[in-house]
Amino acid sequence: MSYMNSVPRAWRERVTKYRLIGGRCKKCGKVFYPYRGSCPRCGSDDVERIELPKRGRVKYFTVVRSAPAEFKRYEPYVVALVELENGAIVPAQLTDVDADEVYEGMEVEGVLRRYREQGEDGIIEYGVKFRPVVGGGGEQ
Amino acid sequence: MNGIASIIGYGAYLPRYRIKAAEIARVYGRNPSSTPIKEKTVPGLDEDSLTHAYEAALNALRRAEIDPSEIEVVFVGSESPPYAVKPSATIIAEALGITPKLYAVDMEFACRAGTTALLSAVGLVHAGLARYGLAIGTDTAQGRPGDALEYTAAAGAAAFIVSKPRSDAVATIEAAYSYVTDTPDFWRREGQRFPRHGARFTGEPAYFAHIIGAAKGLMEETGLKPSDFRYVVFHQPNVKFPTRVAKRLGFTKEQLERGLLSGIIGNTYAAASPIGLVNVLDAAEPGDRILIVSFGSGAGSDAISLVVEDGITERRPKAPLLSSYIERSKEIDYALYLRFRGFICR
Ligand SMILES: [Zn+2]
Repeated sequence: MSYMNSVPRAWRERVTKYRLIGGRCKKCGKVFYPYRGSCPRCGSDDVERIELPKRGRVKYFTVVRSAPAEFKRYEPYVVALVELENGAIVPAQLTDVDADEVYEGMEVEGVLRRYREQGEDGIIEYGVKFRPVVGGGGEQ
Repeated sequence: MNGIASIIGYGAYLPRYRIKAAEIARVYGRNPSSTPIKEKTVPGLDEDSLTHAYEAALNALRRAEIDPSEIEVVFVGSESPPYAVKPSATIIAEALGITPKLYAVDMEFACRAGTTALLSAVGLVHAGLARYGLAIGTDTAQGRPGDALEYTAAAGAAAFIVSKPRSDAVATIEAAYSYVTDTPDFWRREGQRFPRHGARFTGEPAYFAHIIGAAKGLMEETGLKPSDFRYVVFHQPNVKFPTRVAKRLGFTKEQLERGLLSGIIGNTYAAASPIGLVNVLDAAEPGDRILIVSFGSGAGSDAISLVVEDGITERRPKAPLLSSYIERSKEIDYALYLRFRGFICR
């Protein structure tokens, strides 16, 4: 809990969380999220930061009806593995959608949302969640 | 493209949820057929004025087609920031990739803060102190449950990116006129959750005096008259006030209706007239002249005259139109509305 309520942690993670910064292994090509210094597939430390595309499809999902305390107010909500346009798979909360509206293959896009609050008087953490695509325009 | 500065990107955001004014009237035993608007937007549980602002700004960036790091000014106008102390502008800028060479600040002037942010960015760009500026009006307005404001207090955001005047822009700002006096029509004291309003003060000495003062001032200084404008947008706390002020200034229903959305989205406060302008830009053609006049309690108005540029045709399709956000709507009842707004204590 003290780790989750750490201001330095939230500050270090902010750009990764705000902009969906992942890693790409220069040795084996694996793209992953969130960014970290070593490749989860081959263990290489030769990893670069990349901003991941914010469009993709729901690959798998599940409905959370009994959330940890910090996400209790959002119940029920959907967590999904989203397959991005470049093939990377990211775990993410879905938003602006009811649990019974979600399906595998649903087109989604990344948006910035409130993610966690460190209590009533603590900092608010923002991060990328995914929601059903709005409108036709937009090339990012 | 003679003017002070150009808008090269614009965008808006509306949350997904709606509540009908008749549903609010039902709960308080009032007449559901005499409400000031039809329905209003309601933000979701994980939204606030900052997340609204981010998406409006992202849509403006898509149309501006510039590298975000070239933006040197970010102004966020709002009366509902998530923090009392800690700027929204820095978080928005970090998320959009605009930091750190940046002049960024939050602004507050009730519902006028959006156009004031825009004019402030225009001033710095015009003076040559910044290459591009981003200005945002955003709010998730709150009305005390049972208060008259509750029917209309809504949520949304609009954003504009400005540059030196150029013909491949969306529109060029040719003139501005601001009109401000000390008028106690609406306020919220430090530490209070809900605002209060001086009921008899809100109309004539506040809304009408300042909008008319700014609009007439701009037309007198520029020599423009109502018939020179294809579109006019006023601050819209309801449907009645902008309709009445348009008539008094000599504008027609045809000039007004494209930019009047309060009947179906509510009063989005600092975003209200900017969202009206966004809906006008979604339909305008090169050469069209637009007048936008904001109003913020306390009180003041900014009148801004713009001429649409050739670049609008190519830039418009690069982000979702406002109509996409209007169509994306899910109706909720009053109980769910209370939960979404955090009015239920557990
Ligand atoms: Zn690897």
